[in-house]
Amino acid sequence: MLDVRNIVKIFNHGTVNEKTALRGVSLHLSPGEFVSVIGGNGAGKSTLLSAVAGVYGVDSGSITIDGRDVTRLPEYKRANLIGRVFQDPMMGTAASMGIEENLAIAKRRGQRRTLKWGVTPHEREEYRELLATLDLGLENRLTSKVGLLSGGQRQALTLLMATLKSPKLLLLDEHTAALDPKTAARVLELSEQIVARNNLTTMMVTHNMRDAIAHGDRLIMLYDGKIIIDIAGEEKKKLTTKDLLDMFEERSGSGDADGNLLL
Amino acid sequence: MNKKSVIPWIVRAAALAAMLYLWTIMPTIMSGAVSLGLLWGIMVLGVFITYRVLDIADLTVEGTIVLGASVAARMITAGYSPFLATFAAFFAGLLAGLLTGVLHTKLRIPALLSGILTLTALYSINLRVMGRPNTPLLPFKVPSVFTPFERFNLPLNIPALIVGVACLVVIVALLYWFFGTELGSAIRATGNNPNMVRAQGINTTSMIILGLMLSNGLVGFAGALIAQHQTFADITMGIGSIVIGLASLIIGEVLFGTKSFKNTLVSVILGAVVYRVIIALVIKMGLAANDLKLFVAATVTVALTLPIMQSYARTIIKSLRRPEKGGE
Ligand SMILES: Nc1ncnc2c1ncn2[C@@H]1O[C@H](COP(=O)(O)OP(=O)(O)O)[C@@H](O)[C@H]1O
Ligand SMILES: [Mg+2]
Repeated sequence: MLDVRNIVKIFNHGTVNEKTALRGVSLHLSPGEFVSVIGGNGAGKSTLLSAVAGVYGVDSGSITIDGRDVTRLPEYKRANLIGRVFQDPMMGTAASMGIEENLAIAKRRGQRRTLKWGVTPHEREEYRELLATLDLGLENRLTSKVGLLSGGQRQALTLLMATLKSPKLLLLDEHTAALDPKTAARVLELSEQIVARNNLTTMMVTHNMRDAIAHGDRLIMLYDGKIIIDIAGEEKKKLTTKDLLDMFEERSGSGDADGNLLL
Repeated sequence: MNKKSVIPWIVRAAALAAMLYLWTIMPTIMSGAVSLGLLWGIMVLGVFITYRVLDIADLTVEGTIVLGASVAARMITAGYSPFLATFAAFFAGLLAGLLTGVLHTKLRIPALLSGILTLTALYSINLRVMGRPNTPLLPFKVPSVFTPFERFNLPLNIPALIVGVACLVVIVALLYWFFGTELGSAIRATGNNPNMVRAQGINTTSMIILGLMLSNGLVGFAGALIAQHQTFADITMGIGSIVIGLASLIIGEVLFGTKSFKNTLVSVILGAVVYRVIIALVIKMGLAANDLKLFVAATVTVALTLPIMQSYARTIIKSLRRPEKGGE
C-alpha cells in the first residue's frame, strides 16, 4: 500500500542550519498493516510522515501509495489518498467553523469544490450517527464552532475527518501527546476501533513505548533519520519494553536509551 | 468573528435612533452621509472578505477603488452605458485581485507587500485608463447609474440611497449563498487553517487567489459607484481607503455584533454608514478637512487596540486592588 524507497530529507540545504532529518529511509507497508513508530525527539518521525503526506518534497528517493508514484505530487493532490491527525489539536480542524462544516469539508476530500451547498441535510444525519459513535456528546452540537471543543474532542473529530473517506493510508503523528492521560487513552481506543473497522493501513507515531508495543501489528524505531528497528508478527507480540531498550542500545551505539527514547 | 458582542441591543437601538433623529434635524447632511456610507459599505464587504475571511490585510483596495472609478469614468465619458461601465469596474477589480493573489501565492511575496506592489502599479495604470488625474462626471453632461431615478424628482442623495440599498441586498444575498457553498466553505477554512485545508485536498493557493479576486471585484464596483455619486473620478481618491474600510468593519462588528455570518455582513455595512455619519458630524462640529485623516487614523488605532487596552486596564485595576505582598 505504501512504498517508501530510500528517501533523504535535508532541511536548509547549503546553509549553516543544514539538518539531515532523513538519511535514506525505506519502508514497505502491506494493505491493512498497522505500524507504530517510535524514536526520540528529533529522530525524524514527523519528517517521515510529512514527507509521505507531501508537506514538503524529498531530496532523493521515491514514495508510492497504492501503486501510484506521488513523489512529486503536491500535498493537496495526495490528500485523497491520505488521512492525517496531528499532534496539535488546533492543526486538524477549522476553529471558527461548525462541526458539521468541518466534517463536510473532509467528506469532499478528493472532489472538486463546486457551488453546491456546503452541507446538505442528508449528510447532516450521517454526521449525527457518526459522531454518536464517538460517545462524546458531539452529535447534538453539529453547528457548534470547533473552537469551543476540548482538545480531546477536537482530536476525535479530526480522526473522524481523516477517516471519513476511507483513506489508503492513515497517518497519526503523536495525536494523543497533547491530551491528558484519560482522554489520550480514549482517543487511542477510538483510533484502534476506526482502524480495525475500516481495515486501514496505518502509521502511528507515539512517544510512549508501551502504546507502541500494545498497538499495531508492527513496530519501527527511528534514530537519527534512519530506521534501526523493524519488528513484526510473533516477535512483535512478545516484545517487552526491556527488549526494545536493549535492542536500541545495541543498534544505535548509544548507551542512553532511556534519555533518548523516553524524553 | 463570532466573538460575543459586548454591546447590548439597547446601545444598538440607541445608535440607530440617534441617526434617525439626526436625519430629522439635518436631512441633507444625513442623507449624504448615509448614502455615501452604503456605497462604501460595498467596499467594506470586500475588505471583510480579505481581512476577516482570508485573514489577509490587503492594501490593493487603495488602488482598486481608483481602478473601478477610472474604468467607469473612462467608459461613461466614452458613451458606454453607466451600468455596463460599473460592471466593467467589477471585472477590472477581479484582475487587480488576481495580480495580488499571484504575487502573494505563486511568487511567495508577503501579502502586505504584494498589495503595495499592485497598488503602486495601479497608480500608473489608473492614469493610463483615465488619461489624466481627474475625470469629471457631471450629471448634466454624462449619465450615471443614478440618472434613471432623476425623473421622479427625488430629494438629493435619495437615488444614491436606493441604488446603494438595492446593490447591497443583492450582494449580501450572493455572498451569503456563496460562502455557504462547497467552494465558499473551502475559502473560509483556508483563512482559518490552511494546514487543515491542504490535508483535505484543497489547493489553498487557488482559494486565496479567488478570495482576493472577489474582494477586489467588490471594491472596484464600489469605486465606480462612488465616482458617479461624487461626480468625478480622481487618482487620489483611494488614499486612506483601507483605513476607512477597517474602521467601518470594526465599528460595525463592535456595535452590531458577529453572531452569524449573515449578521456580520449586515453589521459591517451598518459600520460603514455609522462611520460616514461620525465623519459628517465631526466636520460639522468644525474639524478641518485636512485634519480628518489624522482623526481617522487615531480612531482606528483605538478600535484595533481595544482588546489590548482592556487587558492593560484590567491588570492595572487588579494591581491597585491587591497591593503586592512584602517578600515574594
Ligand atoms: N521545517 C524544518 N526546518 C528545519 N529543520 C527541521 C524542520 N522540521 C524538522 N526539522 C529538524 O529535523 C529533525 C527531525 O525532526 P522531526 O521529524 O520533527 O523529529 P521527531 O522525530 O521528533 O518528530 C530535527 O532535528 C528537527 O529540528
Ligand atoms: Mg514529531
